[in-house]
Amino acid sequence: MLFFSFGSLIFADENSAYHFINPSNDELVKSISRGKEVYADFCMQCHLGNGKGSETVPPLAASDWLVNKRKESIHAVKYGQSGPIKVNGKSYNGRMSPMGLSDDEVADVMNYIMNSWGNKQSKMVTVSEVKAVKK
Amino acid sequence: MIRPLILLILFTFSSCKAQEKANDIVLQPEVVNYTFETVASGIDIPWGMTWLPDGSMLVTEKSGIIYHLKDKKKSEISNVPKVVARGQGGLLDIAVHPNYDKNGWIYITYSSDEGEEKGAHTQLIRAKLEGQSLTQIQTLYKATPNTNKGHHFGSRIAFDNDGFVYFTIGDRGNHPENPQDIKRDGGKVYRLHDDGKIPTDNPFVGQQGAKEAVYSFGHRNPQGMTKHPVSGKIWTHEHGPKGGDEINIVKKAANYGWPVITYGIDYDGSTISNLTEKEGMEQPIYYWLPSIAPSGMVFVAGDRYPTWKGHLLVGSLVFQYLELVKLDGEKVIGRQKVATDIGRLRDVKQGPDGYIYMAVEGKGIIKIVPKG
Repeated sequence: MLFFSFGSLIFADENSAYHFINPSNDELVKSISRGKEVYADFCMQCHLGNGKGSETVPPLAASDWLVNKRKESIHAVKYGQSGPIKVNGKSYNGRMSPMGLSDDEVADVMNYIMNSWGNKQSKMVTVSEVKAVKK
Repeated sequence: MIRPLILLILFTFSSCKAQEKANDIVLQPEVVNYTFETVASGIDIPWGMTWLPDGSMLVTEKSGIIYHLKDKKKSEISNVPKVVARGQGGLLDIAVHPNYDKNGWIYITYSSDEGEEKGAHTQLIRAKLEGQSLTQIQTLYKATPNTNKGHHFGSRIAFDNDGFVYFTIGDRGNHPENPQDIKRDGGKVYRLHDDGKIPTDNPFVGQQGAKEAVYSFGHRNPQGMTKHPVSGKIWTHEHGPKGGDEINIVKKAANYGWPVITYGIDYDGSTISNLTEKEGMEQPIYYWLPSIAPSGMVFVAGDRYPTWKGHLLVGSLVFQYLELVKLDGEKVIGRQKVATDIGRLRDVKQGPDGYIYMAVEGKGIIKIVPKG
C-alpha cells in the first residue's frame, strides 16, 4: 500500500534510481509491477537484474533498439529473436527462444523494461498492441 | 581471537562470492583434429536425443515435436502428448530403455499442465513406438503442484545398471520452499523402477508426507545426467544461479545444498547464501564460475576419440561450446574447449556407432568426426 501512496514516485528496480511516472497513469504503474515478476521469471537470467546483458546478450538498459524499434521489441518478446541486430552501435548475433508468454505478460514485461534502469517510455504497451503484432 | 575470525569471514565473502574462481583449472583452447557433419538441420531447439536399434535417432524439439531421423530424412512422430512450451518448459528429454530391443519402452520428460492447478510441472512418461506414432503412453510420475513459473523444469533421464530409471526436476522457481523439502516436488533427483513403481529401498519411503520417488535433493536445475560407463554411478550437473554451476555424483538421500549453500549469487547481484559448504551437505566434484550454463553430458567411451576416452563432455548454452572435462577418477584435472562458437549447445550424446553427437539450438544435430 505504501508503494502506491507515493503516487508519482515508484522504485522500479533495486539497481535504478527513483524516477517519475505520470500519477494519473495507474494502469501503467500496475503493468510495470506485474512486468517485474515476468522479468524475474523469464528474462533476468540472461539480461541480468540491471538490464545490462552480457557479451552475447544485448542490453535493455539505455537500449536504443528498445526506443527506436518498439514493434520489433514486442515481436522479439512475443516470438523470440534470432539473427544479427545492432544495439547501441554494437552488433549481436544471438538467439532468444520464444518464451511462450501470454499477450498481457508481453505487455507487462515491455512496460517494465521500458521504464527501468533509467529507461522511460510513457506510452504504455497495451494488450491490443501486442495482439496486433503478428509473426 | 575475534580479529582473525572477522578477517576470515571477510576473506570468505570476498573470495567465494566473486565471479571469478581462484586457482581454477584453466580452460584450454580448442585443438581441432576433427570435422563437423550435420546430421539434421532445421530443428529449432533440439533438447534430447536417443537411438533406436536400427541406428535411427529420436530427437525432441522443445515446442513439442519428436523428430525421427532415419536415412538422412527427418519425419515427425505423431501422438506426442501436449506440452506447455513456456519459458524453459516444453518437451524435454528422451531415452530408450537399456533393453529396448526386448521391451520397446521409450522414456520422455516434459512440462505438463495435467492436474488441478494452473501452470505446469515436469512429467515422466513411457511409451512405445508403433509405426511413426507413440502408443501405450503411461505416466510414471507427475510432479505437483503446477505453477506458472517459467523456469527450472530440469530434466534429464538416465538408467543405472540395476534396472532403475532416474530423472531430474529443477526447483521450479521456488528455491525457498522446494529443494530442501522432501515433501515437495522440485529440486530433486528421482529414482523409480522402470515401470514407475517406487523402489522400496528409496531413501524416504515410509516417511510421513515424503515424495517417496525422491533419491537426492537440494538441487537447483539439473539438465545433465548420465551413467559412468565403468563405475555405473549416476552423474549430474546443474545450473547454478549467477555462478556456481556444479558437477555432482548422485548418492542416495544426499543433500546437494541448494539454496543453503551455493557458489553463485543471484542475477541481480544480491546474495542468496553466504555459505558455500555445510556439514551434511555435499560438495560438488567441480563448480563453474562464471556459469557456463551446462546442458547435456556424456562420458566418452570406445576408441574413436582416444584422447577423450574416460573423460566427460558437457554442453554450454551461454558460451556456446562443448567442454571436455578431464577426469582422474572422480577428480577434475583439466578442461578443454571443443566446438568453439558452435551455438547454444543443448545436449551431447555418444551414439551406438561411437560418434559424439551435439544438439545445437537453431541448427540441429551435429556429429564430431575425428580426422585420420
